[in-house]
Amino acid sequence: MAHIELKRVTKKFGAQTALRNLDLEIADGEFFVLLGETGAGKTTTLRLIAGLERPTEGKILIDGADVSDWGPAERDVALVLQQYSLYPRYTVRENLEFPLKAKIRRVESEEIKEQVARAAKILRIEHLLDRKTDRLSGGEMQRVSIGRAIVRKPRVFLMDEPLSALDAKLREALRTELKNLQMTLGATFLFVTHDQIEAMSMGDKIGVLDRGRLVQTGTPYEIYNNPRNTFVARSVGSPPMNLLDGRLVKGRAVVAPKRFELPLNGQAGAVSEGQPLVFGIRPEDLTVESGAPVEAMVHDVENHGVEKILTLHAGDAVLRATVSARTNVAVDETVRFAWNPEKVVLFDGASGLSLRHGG
Amino acid sequence: MAAVQTPRQRIANRLAIVAVIVTTIIFLAPIYWIATTAFKPRALATTVPPTVVFQPEITPFIKLFTKRVQLTQPVDEEVYEAAPWWEKRILDGGERVLRVGDSVQLSAYPDRFLNSLIIAVTSTLLAVSMGTLTAYGFSRFRVPGEQDWLFFILSTRMLPPVVVAIPMFLMYRAVGMTDTHLGLIILYTAFNLSFVVWLMKGFIDEIPREYEEAALVDGYTRMQAFFKIVLPEAATGIAATGVFCFIIAWNEYAFALMLTNRDAQTAPPFIPAQVGSGLTDWTTIAAGTFLFLLPVAIFTFLLRNHLLRGMSFGAIRK
Repeated sequence: MAHIELKRVTKKFGAQTALRNLDLEIADGEFFVLLGETGAGKTTTLRLIAGLERPTEGKILIDGADVSDWGPAERDVALVLQQYSLYPRYTVRENLEFPLKAKIRRVESEEIKEQVARAAKILRIEHLLDRKTDRLSGGEMQRVSIGRAIVRKPRVFLMDEPLSALDAKLREALRTELKNLQMTLGATFLFVTHDQIEAMSMGDKIGVLDRGRLVQTGTPYEIYNNPRNTFVARSVGSPPMNLLDGRLVKGRAVVAPKRFELPLNGQAGAVSEGQPLVFGIRPEDLTVESGAPVEAMVHDVENHGVEKILTLHAGDAVLRATVSARTNVAVDETVRFAWNPEKVVLFDGASGLSLRHGG
Repeated sequence: MAAVQTPRQRIANRLAIVAVIVTTIIFLAPIYWIATTAFKPRALATTVPPTVVFQPEITPFIKLFTKRVQLTQPVDEEVYEAAPWWEKRILDGGERVLRVGDSVQLSAYPDRFLNSLIIAVTSTLLAVSMGTLTAYGFSRFRVPGEQDWLFFILSTRMLPPVVVAIPMFLMYRAVGMTDTHLGLIILYTAFNLSFVVWLMKGFIDEIPREYEEAALVDGYTRMQAFFKIVLPEAATGIAATGVFCFIIAWNEYAFALMLTNRDAQTAPPFIPAQVGSGLTDWTTIAAGTFLFLLPVAIFTFLLRNHLLRGMSFGAIRK
């Protein structure tokens, strides 16, 4: 198992810059999730670590050794992709044996058998071993794919959206399995996804990528509660954080354009009066009750069983609030709401950076 | 499926079937002509209107494989009776088989046939293997000026090959490669190479590169990944391309006629030269052509599934 470090890595494809000055550190045995939209550079990062691409600038270190000039075979990493990752025409067993049969590894056939059996047992695919890969379901395919990664003991597991092509139920089940697997193996995982739920539920640490730059790295708790900028605030949480444009007037938040006011409990600190701000508040930190200060119209109600997600229109502002499913509201009803001032995150109106992060 | 066809679709389908039948007849007619002529008695080969019903015989094939001379005087009864059955057919036609001592002199046809086989097979193997590797390079790597190179490769096919026949002949004569197997092999390989590169690039582009990348990460070299993963996936395309290359090399006439005359002569220029003694012997020519068609027909028939899949590009995808 290994410690991965990327130092000021830049990757350009022709005139396009996929990654810009990326610094990234993944500790030994960590489940690290790279979260970002399509084209943010997640896959490029992964391919750079795998050795399938070479960085234009910067260094990649695995266990302290600069591997920038190493080929993929020498780096001893394992790769699981979203699709096309199983070798066609091979049976499941042949797929699992494939990495062990590589000449550079010189594994005895006895041991190959053992390792394949072990991997098949862990992933519960023993009954599929002699089947051709085109006769597997999506979930089975991904299991085999993961199996091919765990038959050997790679220094790091690289996973490129391995669950995205699966249906929701299977995705959820495999999510838990993968996390358990990582803990059992004690392995270093780099998991790439655009799905914030996957990131939040699986990652020991999350790195948020935005157009080739790493915006924030932190535990899921940090990312969720203390987003570094409005991009991160929008990226995680379902529904995402409410972001309201406004200003600070006499220590209170005034939300433009059709103004309404809410208290801030002295959170403002060094913010000067009248400075344009973005107020960030999670849907669950909004409360809907009769005596609350602001009036809003219920535009939509989504019932999720344990809770309801309301879409509120207050002036021109659209807010989402998560309330208990027992709350009795109907569409087009007028309600009053308040926020938990402790939980409000202030962002600079111009740069979008959180003021808590000191810049 | 048939249940949801509208009447208009049904008519369209019928028309399509008729078109297929008509096209097939047009393409098969000359082959039928050659096949029947090859089994006709010589006297019936050129009758007008053509003879459709006749007693098939294999005399043309016997003539094809033997060296013969015109009889100057009738054969003795004893000699005729002593001759084997096939020789009697020749004697019946007013010719006798040439012998040296006791052994029958074979015609040059088997040699020429073998030449065709050696040259077509070797050049096909060379063109397909080199072209496939080239196509793989173009498909997978960023080649500087890729489009220009590909255009340049294709441009070698933009001229009718015969245009360069004279310079080619002069060059071959200068380097002493006329009438050599190697000469024709190089020529046909060069000629087919551009075709292979273009066709195989299409096939390889269709194979997801994720397969090889997975193999690279799993500890294989680029070459090993190519042979273990890409090649089996490209098999269909290679079969289709191979058949076309083989057909082109097998059937090539103009250069073979010009650059070879004996040792390395292939069957196409040889067959029409079998005019026989006296009149043009169409039945022997037809027999030679008929046998010459067989390898390609068998080869194509064996690979027909690959060919069908190969021609509908993208069928290798799941």
